[in-house]
Amino acid sequence: MNWITNYVRPRINSIFSRRELPENLWSKCDDCGTMLFHREISDNLSVCTNCGHHMNITPRDRFLSLFDGGVFSEVAVPDPVADPLHFRDQKRYPDRMRAAQKSSGEKEAMLVATGEIGRTPIVAAAQDFSFMGGSMGMYVGNAIIAAAEEAVRLGRPLVLFSAAGGARMQEGILSLMQMPRSTVAIQMLKEKGLPYIVVLTHPTTGGVTASYAMLGDVQIAEPGALICFAGPRVIEQTIREKLPEGFQRAEYLLEHGMLDRVTDRRKLREELIVMTRMLMQMPPATWGDLPPPGPEEGAQDSANGQDAAKPE
Amino acid sequence: MTHYLDFEKPLAEIEGKAEELRAMARGTSEMDVSAEAAALDQKAAQLLKDLYAKLTPWRKCQVARHPERPHCKDYIEALFTEYMPLAGDRNFAEDEAVMGGLARFEDQPVVVIGHEKGHDTGSRLKRNFGMARPEGYRKAVRLMDMADRFGLPVVTLVDTPGAYPGKGAEERGQSEAIARATEKCLQIGVPLVSVVIGEGGSGGAVAFATANRVAMLEHSVYSVISPEGCASILWKDAEKMREAAEALRLTAQDLLKLGVCDRVIPEPLGGAHRAPADTVAAVGAAIGQMLSEMSGTSRAELVAARRSKFLAIGSKGLAA
Repeated sequence: MNWITNYVRPRINSIFSRRELPENLWSKCDDCGTMLFHREISDNLSVCTNCGHHMNITPRDRFLSLFDGGVFSEVAVPDPVADPLHFRDQKRYPDRMRAAQKSSGEKEAMLVATGEIGRTPIVAAAQDFSFMGGSMGMYVGNAIIAAAEEAVRLGRPLVLFSAAGGARMQEGILSLMQMPRSTVAIQMLKEKGLPYIVVLTHPTTGGVTASYAMLGDVQIAEPGALICFAGPRVIEQTIREKLPEGFQRAEYLLEHGMLDRVTDRRKLREELIVMTRMLMQMPPATWGDLPPPGPEEGAQDSANGQDAAKPE
Repeated sequence: MTHYLDFEKPLAEIEGKAEELRAMARGTSEMDVSAEAAALDQKAAQLLKDLYAKLTPWRKCQVARHPERPHCKDYIEALFTEYMPLAGDRNFAEDEAVMGGLARFEDQPVVVIGHEKGHDTGSRLKRNFGMARPEGYRKAVRLMDMADRFGLPVVTLVDTPGAYPGKGAEERGQSEAIARATEKCLQIGVPLVSVVIGEGGSGGAVAFATANRVAMLEHSVYSVISPEGCASILWKDAEKMREAAEALRLTAQDLLKLGVCDRVIPEPLGGAHRAPADTVAAVGAAIGQMLSEMSGTSRAELVAARRSKFLAIGSKGLAA
């Protein structure tokens, strides 16, 4: 890194970025401000090509690059009671939901899928920070239970990608009750001797961190991810002092013994394959003959296609 | 000196006047004020009844946080015998926001665990206002393990604004400690009963209240976030706590409808702090009943029942 990449390039980019551009083609890195072409971002798993900053990635995009050939099948999640408390703040909860569904194109804040990574059958669940801050409500609780049940049924490990501001306030106490509910789900897995691997992504906070996101057999985090119970702002207000640089970031948690690893998103797939195969007593992966991962390959949701593989 | 809440101001005036009258009469023997004082007393009693007949959710939060409300320590002293406090998480420290140890409840040895807020400045500081650090939850896990090994029922008393949001607490894994405590609650093969005696503050409460039976005092609250916190996030204005308290459905009565709590223990008129001994006795009776409901239940059944209870929560919403 030198001043040309750190200063001049972002400045030049920022001049160009002021021009009218079609939406979605370019986006700005949240961290260094570099303008990145959409294909450049998706090829690099939403990691900034300039500074390595890990931007948010939707569960669907993540699964497309995670599963062999981008092939996975979604696991159905039982629908909970809609708006159980008839919650209304400045907006009605159903209106907030509809807005989130429209902008994300997803039904709720978690996606569950089965498929193979490096020919290793797994169940994966990923939380969607772009959907109401990934917040944990009854649907997310149901999704984790569905994921655990599917993993138990198929005898597969569960890999969970967490991303959430915490519990969904609009579901009040029922969102809080997802802490014990998701914990029950994880216990079902553990009793069957199936691995549960958590990948904590930016940000994972509040009741989510204080339940399923901290109960993994292996705890991995993406670089720079904020992982905490109480957020930095709340703590600064409580103790009335400025928090040190990097406080509650993935690297800080690693140093304090709260994580096993901090892994770059671009190396994550390989690590998950190696790890799950060992935990499942499978032979080492053969890396040569795998279909390359990526959205271009194969169709999504090919029912029973890749998914027919039997667990070992 | 009684501590009055803001909505109790009119009551404070009347009760103050009655008190003044009596004080004046004590000085002189000629004045007979008993009739007037009695009238004031009656007026006060009626007002108290009216005020508490329809407490708004926000007022319930205030009552639940009342400084003179009986706290964990009061319950332990009155309801349990041979209380043997056990300290420390064997890792880092002893957290005095959490009380816990061996004790007898109606002669039956049990493990009792609870948040203690303290009753004056000194003890509040010592107890950190009932906000536990990771060590508090880890101590609870240790005690629950012990209960499990020796077949002792566990009684938890919940009264916390929430887990402590501090630098050290985060460094030492506040979230992990809470997650493990919730997990432990779900694992132990002994009866686990929980009473929310004041504030059930978010994850810090779940860590103790993931129980076979959860009872709440009439004016206690249990919520995912404090009304002030919710208001500042969703209304962008912490002063909207009344609206937030309303929307969050955090009262014992609503939580009973939602199936989050199993029973509501009535409080004396005017709240637990007006007749602490009666409140403590009512809680004791409820604990006794809840424990006897589970006597003779096998370890496996206790664990299975606890799990299916929590899996079923939320299936019906408020539709009542």
